[in-house]
Amino acid sequence: MCQVDEEYNGQLEHVATPSVSKKCVKCKESTAVLIIRAVDAFCRCCFKEYFIHKFRAMLGKNRIIFPGEKVLLAVSGGPASSSMLSQVKEGLSRDAPKKLRFVPGIIHIDEGGASGQSMEDRRRAVAQVESVLRSSNYPYHIVYLEQVSCIKLQTGPSYKAAVDQFIQTNQNLHPDLFLENAWSHLSSLSMQEVQNGLSNPITPENTQALQRLFASVRTLTAKEDLLQTLRQHLILHTARTEGYTKVMMGDSCSRLAIKLLSNISLGRGASLAMDTGFSDSRYGDVVIVRPMRDYSSKEIAYYNRMFDVPSVFIPGLDTKAQDKASIQRLTESFVNKLQTDFPATVSTIYRTSEKLHTACPPQNTNSPTFDKCLMCACSLDTNAGESHCQMPATLDLKSLLCYSCRLTIKDMTAVDILPQYILAEAERKKRR
Amino acid sequence: MAAPIALHLEFGGGAELLFDGVKEHHVILPDQSEPWDMKQLLVWIRANLLKERPELFVQGDTVRPGILVLINDADWELMGELRYELQDQDNVVFISTLHGG
Repeated sequence: MCQVDEEYNGQLEHVATPSVSKKCVKCKESTAVLIIRAVDAFCRCCFKEYFIHKFRAMLGKNRIIFPGEKVLLAVSGGPASSSMLSQVKEGLSRDAPKKLRFVPGIIHIDEGGASGQSMEDRRRAVAQVESVLRSSNYPYHIVYLEQVSCIKLQTGPSYKAAVDQFIQTNQNLHPDLFLENAWSHLSSLSMQEVQNGLSNPITPENTQALQRLFASVRTLTAKEDLLQTLRQHLILHTARTEGYTKVMMGDSCSRLAIKLLSNISLGRGASLAMDTGFSDSRYGDVVIVRPMRDYSSKEIAYYNRMFDVPSVFIPGLDTKAQDKASIQRLTESFVNKLQTDFPATVSTIYRTSEKLHTACPPQNTNSPTFDKCLMCACSLDTNAGESHCQMPATLDLKSLLCYSCRLTIKDMTAVDILPQYILAEAERKKRR
Repeated sequence: MAAPIALHLEFGGGAELLFDGVKEHHVILPDQSEPWDMKQLLVWIRANLLKERPELFVQGDTVRPGILVLINDADWELMGELRYELQDQDNVVFISTLHGG
């Protein structure tokens, strides 16, 4: 630790004379173009190797993705998820040494309905993202946030039977053949999806319902939290209906550090390990993994720039918001400011998060479902009788929600405009 | 430096929203007796290019934390950050890594 500080101070004096060019710390030959972790200067080639290697090492170390498994990549279009997509392409390519072996699909969620974008802007953004997705040659699903009103929870035996049947008819094939079959099956599915998309799943009623939902939430903090929950539900729903068992999210180290601190402020301390860890198995059948969690935003931005990884910037709920507009924004600004003066900030938070473990064993699908929060699916950390707040609507969801989701709901003026599937699930749980 | 300096500026990651959505700018910095450095460039950008919300781009003397700066495709930390002296035909890129841009 002391040594790191010394080197940093030395480097500060060194950089005062910009005419002296620094050599790469790895190959010691080429001129460095980038500094990461405050002290390590890398040249272009060594940085590329380091970046690619980190992705493979992250997946290899954790051994959670099995060959032939269907993995859904959640691509928002932003730099981190676009970078993740390019790493997956790199890892799955034929000439990669010890290539990765799983079957990828991509999901992109258009959230313009919640952030108040015009239809024209949304169409343009989706078209840009789609052209990036199409160039990957993986099946992709473009889902609109409005579709939360169309979700019907599938818990029936017929869906599971269909998935089992596909696996059974194909499992005796040689792995490569299995992969090819899976790919062609998925491609035909994705064409269907695209066609469904063309026949317009966004109706004005759906968009208005969504806008009404978000307008009923008073604070930006609660809006962002609700958006995160709905996004998660949509991704899970797509994963389940299309038969994906893993979902890869593109959260970077910096984002996760910010998420860790804001989640504590939001009252989600109990689920920190799951929210920021490498794998999140609270949903049982679908596991969420975060392979980008070792990369800082700086590394991702530089890699994308230097190696032409296309990404699309889509304005969201908090674009151009002030620092104090929401807890999440405030935390982000705090961490970023601290990071400039103390470059070990993000990595220290990250390393602390790695040491977190869930206190009780992870829930599996066999345990009673009333132990899980209705919205975020973490274990309930409240007693039903505890809450004292006045609920404006007749529906009493309090007993089914964790502390933090209760706070989000409390910020809503009416609870009955929540999407149908949430209300139906609440009814189902209450009847037990 | 007596001659005016031509620069190619780029904005990405959402920073372009503060510049009317325009990502690429070719600018010519006027003559002055001392050489142009990054610190002065930021002042110049704030005065001439920035269309709204300056606090989202510049903070004090330097860029807002979370905005990365690349000079000729190299990290500006390697070039002296604000003290770097601009040369003719330099390429300066500002990429925002913040959530909402």
